[in-house]
Amino acid sequence: MFCEECEKRPANVHITKIVNGHKVEKHLCEQCAKKQQDVVGFTLFPDFSFANFFSSMLDMDHISSRNNINQVKCDKCSMTYSQFAKLGRFGCDRCYDLFGNGLEQILKRIHGNVQHTGKIPKRAGKAIRFKNELERYKMELQKAVLNEEYEKAAELRDKIKELEKRKNNEWGGQNL
Amino acid sequence: MIRKLIEEPHSIWTEGEGQYSEIVLSSRVRLARNLAQFPFPLMQTEASANAVLERLDKVFANSKELKLYRMSEIPELERQALVEKHLISPEHVQKPENKGIIVNREGSISIMVNEEDHLRIQCFASGLELETLLAQADKIDDEIEKEVNYAYDEQYGYLTCCPTNLGTGMRVSVMMHLPGLVLTNQAGVIFSQLSKLGIAVRGLFGEGTDAHGNLFQISNQITLGQDEKEIIENISSVAKKLVSQEQAARNYLLNNAGPQVEDKARRAYGILTNAKLISSQEALGLISDLRLGKALGVINELDLKTINELYLLCQPGYLQVLAKGHLDPQARDIKRAEIIKEKLAKF
Ligand SMILES: [Zn+2]
Ligand SMILES: [Zn+2]
Repeated sequence: MFCEECEKRPANVHITKIVNGHKVEKHLCEQCAKKQQDVVGFTLFPDFSFANFFSSMLDMDHISSRNNINQVKCDKCSMTYSQFAKLGRFGCDRCYDLFGNGLEQILKRIHGNVQHTGKIPKRAGKAIRFKNELERYKMELQKAVLNEEYEKAAELRDKIKELEKRKNNEWGGQNL
Repeated sequence: MIRKLIEEPHSIWTEGEGQYSEIVLSSRVRLARNLAQFPFPLMQTEASANAVLERLDKVFANSKELKLYRMSEIPELERQALVEKHLISPEHVQKPENKGIIVNREGSISIMVNEEDHLRIQCFASGLELETLLAQADKIDDEIEKEVNYAYDEQYGYLTCCPTNLGTGMRVSVMMHLPGLVLTNQAGVIFSQLSKLGIAVRGLFGEGTDAHGNLFQISNQITLGQDEKEIIENISSVAKKLVSQEQAARNYLLNNAGPQVEDKARRAYGILTNAKLISSQEALGLISDLRLGKALGVINELDLKTINELYLLCQPGYLQVLAKGHLDPQARDIKRAEIIKEKLAKF
């Protein structure tokens, strides 16, 4: 897409404004956007084009260099990889597993962070704590078996069995 | 209930109450949430959109305070008025058959259903009031979560359609009247500094070259890696800095250009009480002059609430709701002039 102002340089600045309750978008190059700001005297929501930025980041990761990946499709929401790369948005929670490679780099640029530190929902958070516990026991079990600590292994196996049973009762056996 | 909310001539942001009300019109806390079970609105079919609406209708079936309305049952002009009252986003009027709004009587809580995310829980207050709003939004969030499974990830936090909202999914904003910063030419510098600090500033109304009415909204851009309290404290301290900077600019104007400021406000009053035709652009500018005059004490006869309400009355959607039908642009300019006159006639 070319800049709406000079029609020469690529439009990589997105300006979104609310005009009389309607959303108006302007697509400008950096130079023209800067000029507009100077005239106006202040910044009007300089929301750089997220989608373009997103796909360029993905390109850097050489993910889309393989052609067949564009055909990968989420079985929950039907989003394809090429749709995802174009929109820079996810279609459902499962898309995060499917298309989430390289997301950390993008998050670093947007938020300067890659790890959530805020609220943990009670229900989903419970499952996470539960999953962590289960995984820890499974790791310990492997270690115990490797070290031929059979008594400890048997104990851990019982604990895991109990947790699996609770998991079935509380979350209907779904993958946590 | 929603009809009354649409038609009444005021909104939370016009109340003219709360902390720093001479400069801050309102505060908002918004949480983005998705139900794990369904595709996000971006990929939803009419059937899955409906399933989300029905699910939430059930969640709020027994609520005395909050009720769900489908956007398709609200006429077009009234949907537009909801945007102008800041209860929904401009995007939320598109594809009304898939969308819903859950509101309370006062319009201090509005949850958009199937906007970019399944839920956008919004709480509003007049003046600067972020901590209370966070507590309120948090409570609603917990209540909803008792009934549904949220899409959540240990690392990314609340999963949202767009990665710019990941983490807390929280967007905090403060709407401010900043004519002093604009008139003293400080706005540009200050706003560009704020954007470097991860604070977005945008003009509320405006066509092309300036933010008519000198109303601005500041909000956080970072949602991941800071917790809710940090985000609130950050925006709160930025808002307070802007308040004191604006106050200083206003005092400077009063001391150095007192007669001009008073003249500007009185001329604005003169035009607003006499015009036959007035565009929204012109009206917004004049209302801003009037508001500044009131805040500086050079105009005494009006109150802040009335002046804030003028900002709303000028809006095309709300204007046509009052007229009970579509108006062409000239008819709108006539109607606008009429209702402004009517409103100011009381003083
Ligand atoms: Zn250009
Ligand atoms: Zn998906």
